[in-house]
Amino acid sequence: MKTTPPYDVLARRAPKNSGAHLFWQTVLARAYPRVIGQQREKSWMFFDVVLPIIGVAAYVFVYRAIQAPEEYVGFVVVGGAMTAFWLNILWSMSSQLYWEKETGNLALYIIAPNSLMAILLGMALGGLLATTLRAVVILVLGSWLFHVQYAVVHFGQLVAIFFLSMVALYGMGMMFASLFLLLSREAWHISNLAQEPVYLISGFYFPVKSLNFWVATAASLIPLTLGLDAMRQLVFPSGATLGFLSVRLELGILIGLCVIFLLAARFLLNYMERLAIREGRLTENRR
Amino acid sequence: MNQNRTIYWRSFRMAAWLGWQIESNWTDPFLFAVYSFVKPLSGAAILVVMYSVITNGAFGSPVFPYIYLGNAFYQYVGAVMTGVSWAVIDDREHYKTLKYMYVAPISIPIYLLGRGVSRFITGSMSVIITILAGMWFLHVDIDVTAVHWPLFFLSLFIGVVMLAMMGLLLAGVTLLMARHVGFMGEAVAGALYLFSGAIFPLDVLPAWLRPIGYAMPLTYWLELLRRALIGSVADAFPTLSGYSSGQLLAILTALTLLFSAAGILVFRWCDYHAREQGMIDATTNY
Repeated sequence: MKTTPPYDVLARRAPKNSGAHLFWQTVLARAYPRVIGQQREKSWMFFDVVLPIIGVAAYVFVYRAIQAPEEYVGFVVVGGAMTAFWLNILWSMSSQLYWEKETGNLALYIIAPNSLMAILLGMALGGLLATTLRAVVILVLGSWLFHVQYAVVHFGQLVAIFFLSMVALYGMGMMFASLFLLLSREAWHISNLAQEPVYLISGFYFPVKSLNFWVATAASLIPLTLGLDAMRQLVFPSGATLGFLSVRLELGILIGLCVIFLLAARFLLNYMERLAIREGRLTENRR
Repeated sequence: MNQNRTIYWRSFRMAAWLGWQIESNWTDPFLFAVYSFVKPLSGAAILVVMYSVITNGAFGSPVFPYIYLGNAFYQYVGAVMTGVSWAVIDDREHYKTLKYMYVAPISIPIYLLGRGVSRFITGSMSVIITILAGMWFLHVDIDVTAVHWPLFFLSLFIGVVMLAMMGLLLAGVTLLMARHVGFMGEAVAGALYLFSGAIFPLDVLPAWLRPIGYAMPLTYWLELLRRALIGSVADAFPTLSGYSSGQLLAILTALTLLFSAAGILVFRWCDYHAREQGMIDATTNY
């Protein structure tokens, strides 16, 4: 009996994908587990919402203990909701390729005939959508628990600021992911280290204007700093007086950051992938 | 009996050494030092800026050392309690060695407690650095000649034992869980941060939540440490000012004994059921 080699069967049945079609198919395939898979793990959703709420509550009670004006409570709630995005960048974008290396998936990504940039973009889009759902729940729950009042000044600008902040932030996450390709066990520690210092310099729990001008300027490289500052200016009555820069200027800087981070991510990913292959770091597993 | 003591001591000593290697050998000493200092100082600086913005830098008020010292010592909770329970996750999920520990001639609870030692050391470094930064730059007036050292060290010792036993309790629960254990320590530490009056007095909490804070040994432990270092801090908020230091120490000791007994019993129960359910080598690849 004549048998057909399996690869012939595969070649006849599977349509060949290439170019833009393959790119977007890869993006969707990588975004899928982020959006669907994360929602399936109900206990993770619970912890993702409850842990930031606990942090928010602690800082709200500190402000209440020192008799701060009530709008600071609102600042903390908005900042607390945005921590979800920073944590997603650190743990699910930057260190993601390190996890993939640990579980043995990274080599498969490299072997497959798709773009690593498409994989990162899929991770970013899926992560953004899933994290936005969590951030909204934190925001609604925090606002309800602590009676936060909002007064949106310009809805269009608010949407634009949020959108640009996210594009720039996830561009930065993609850039970090390529840098983390070379890391091993230290990736976990570096992600862990980058939490509190960023909460501090980006003004997650207070207006960034309260910091030294140069510190705030340097912190503006992190898109959430200006994004958060502009959003607070647009949703709180006293926000404008506590703003670091004008909203229009922050909008312009965020556009610049979007371009820089996305280009840098593409360049660094190519460079780091070549370097990691050359140094044999793609499949190493140093526990 | 003598053989048991040898096993306990060997388990503890080797676990402490192993824990230290895991904590520190992932990088060079410089980066390790930066890592050990930057994180706690940033956490403290968030509170300093928040306080400073609202009070225009009134660091002389007793409210400030109350918040600052409470936050500084709270780092022991994340270090010791979470450190002990994290050893289960680390050994089972990451290194996949927990089953080998179980077949080795060691005592598992003592081994887990030993794994907390390295976290206690790194935690102590963070606490000392945070307090020194407060003394040098933020007018946290600790007069070393006026500090009640016996009360301080006694409270610190009881507190660390209490945290280690709470860690053992958490480790037991962790043994019975697979996918969600990464969040457990963080969630418990976060909840205790809220209910222990670490950075604000219990009076600020809604009345229906305050009893949780009063039932936690951490509340009394932090108050004792603050009082031992700066007596006037007791006047910052009236919550526990009606209690003498002796009364607080008695409450802390009683609650520590209670939580220690609970830790041992819960761990034994969880350990038995974890073996029964085949959870000792359960890995999820999460």
